[in-house]
Amino acid sequence: MTAKMTMVQALQQAMELKLKEDDRVILMGEDIGLNGGVFRVTDGLQAKFGEDRVIDTPLAESGIVGTAVGMALNGMIPVVEIQFLGFIYPGFEQVVSHVSRLRARTQGRYQVPMVIRTPYGAGIRGPELHSESVESFFVHVPGLKVVVPSTPYDAKGLLIAAIEDPDPVIFLEPTSMYRALKEEVPEDKYTVPLGKARVIEEGEDISIFAWGAMVQVALQAARKMKEQRGWTADVIDLRTLYPFDRDTIKASVEKTGRALIVHEAHRTGGMGAELISFINDESLFYLKAPVARVTGYDVPVPFFSLEDDYLPTVERVSRGIEQTITY
Amino acid sequence: MRKSMEEQFPVRQILSPEGKLIESVDGWIDDELALDMYEKMVINRTFDRKSVTMQRQGRIGTYAPFEGQEATQVGSAMALDDQDWLFPTYRDHAAMMTFGQSILRVLLYWKGRIEGCVPPEGKHILPPYVPIATQIPHAAGVAWSSKMKGEAVASIVYFGDGATSEGDFHEGLNFASVYNAPVVFFCQNNGYAISVPMSRQMKTKTIAQKALAYDIEGIRIDGNDIFAVYLHTRQAVEKAKRGEGPTLIEAVTYRYGAHTTADDPRKYREQEKEEKIRREKYDPVDRLRRYLESKGLWDDEKEQALVQKAETIINQAVKEMESYPAPQPEDMFEHIFAEKTWNIKEQQQQVAEESDRQRKSVQKELA
Repeated sequence: MTAKMTMVQALQQAMELKLKEDDRVILMGEDIGLNGGVFRVTDGLQAKFGEDRVIDTPLAESGIVGTAVGMALNGMIPVVEIQFLGFIYPGFEQVVSHVSRLRARTQGRYQVPMVIRTPYGAGIRGPELHSESVESFFVHVPGLKVVVPSTPYDAKGLLIAAIEDPDPVIFLEPTSMYRALKEEVPEDKYTVPLGKARVIEEGEDISIFAWGAMVQVALQAARKMKEQRGWTADVIDLRTLYPFDRDTIKASVEKTGRALIVHEAHRTGGMGAELISFINDESLFYLKAPVARVTGYDVPVPFFSLEDDYLPTVERVSRGIEQTITY
Repeated sequence: MRKSMEEQFPVRQILSPEGKLIESVDGWIDDELALDMYEKMVINRTFDRKSVTMQRQGRIGTYAPFEGQEATQVGSAMALDDQDWLFPTYRDHAAMMTFGQSILRVLLYWKGRIEGCVPPEGKHILPPYVPIATQIPHAAGVAWSSKMKGEAVASIVYFGDGATSEGDFHEGLNFASVYNAPVVFFCQNNGYAISVPMSRQMKTKTIAQKALAYDIEGIRIDGNDIFAVYLHTRQAVEKAKRGEGPTLIEAVTYRYGAHTTADDPRKYREQEKEEKIRREKYDPVDRLRRYLESKGLWDDEKEQALVQKAETIINQAVKEMESYPAPQPEDMFEHIFAEKTWNIKEQQQQVAEESDRQRKSVQKELA
């Protein structure tokens, strides 16, 4: 049985399934109970599972992440919602100093399986600090897995996999994709494995890597260039940023000989740099052109009147494809 | 007239500095327990002095001494039940060892070995927390989940006076208060956060009063009076297990030495003078000995035997620490994840190859 649903509905189903089948799973966050979360991702779950399992916490990100660590130490599986990625910083210390390290520090005696879900990214005309895309911070921290779904199907399967993963997972939900598209999603439980990319389209001339909201931009640009110039592309949704899917990246780049990375995060120190480095290490002599990046800029994500100028667009990505192929 | 906060939160004492009982401890502390407290304090003090010496000799790394705080740590940890949870800072090894962490593990920690973080099987002793106050929400979270599971288990979390300026202190207390979590917030107020005295850390004269903001019980005790520490901690633990919520305990004490062996307290306080007064008048170990002597439970002969015993125990642990198998470079890749990611595997392999190359080149040179 499948149903057509948005990413919001798919995420909600994932959490409902896990709350139902595993008593250890609890949801914690600001306004997630009665209000169902500011994006309504947890809508109705408190009514179904009660205030002790879908918990409206005090407004304190460090307290939320910190008490979730305690919960996890004591055998629970907390699924934490941080209202926006731009608000995670008070809890960042807990993530970096403890969430990511407790397993190693105690040589496996303790583990802190937990998921920190948070809406992220620009494109919905949000106020200041509601549009950040700082996935690199988390990718850089040893001990964390970083996952970014771009479709309803993947969102559900990845979130279930993240909740079932024995390690902490940062789960970044692209706000502009929450309701942007609907697709058929199985009603039953399934998982999408962490660490595996998805090849959305296959082609010969270039490999395009993206995640989150940029997947659609990359896809549209690839289709446009195919139509206009006859070039075909591998369009690959990385889905997991740490550990990223090395085999899929390598195989694709070695097939096409060209690569382009699209991300909305700031350019310097962004995930794109890591991927370019990986491609250089693994596949340098297959390359026919330098690996290109189309990214956000090294500026704070601007106020929304300029956010479209900050974000990679179909035009910018198309130009990146053209420049790389005609290099 | 309204009572001042110092009057509302008086420093509670059971054993006077002269070692006289101010109130009865019948039903709480018998002779056997008092003798056990004394023995533990002496062993811990011996450990602490030995560790400072070993740091000077280069046998362990930078070390955070606790001498002067034996009563706060030993007394509070003795008030716990086996299944309780203990969250220490980097200065709370006396509490950790009292609650069951081995001396060897504590030494390994200060020797720069991650093995020093691992608690004994079945005991919930977290590794020393380094970033200030960050352990407080963890204890609140564990306690909160103990309550959810319907377990009569308490958590105790240690921190200092400086930690009460951190957000995590307030967030931890607030969460515990909102969810009525069975946790004991145990503040060792030793007067200084490294160099900054309490008067510059906060305007309040007490830390216990901060409990008012969270509508939980706050009490101030003489942290150099092990009877007061034990009794009030025990009461807080029992209260927590009855479902009556968290307690903030401010144990007023003093560290005789430096913040760590890398610090020089003469820069920020009249070290010699203060230390002398503290040791002569308020020492927690001497205080209990005076009591034991007055009850005919202790004498010089017993003291000598105990000092001997303490040295034997500590020296044995030092020997074990120094003969502990050396760490291998590849070890740093263990337990980062439940299952190693490709990145970790690849880097571990590189390190293994590197140490293999080094071994071979050493062998070659020797040959």
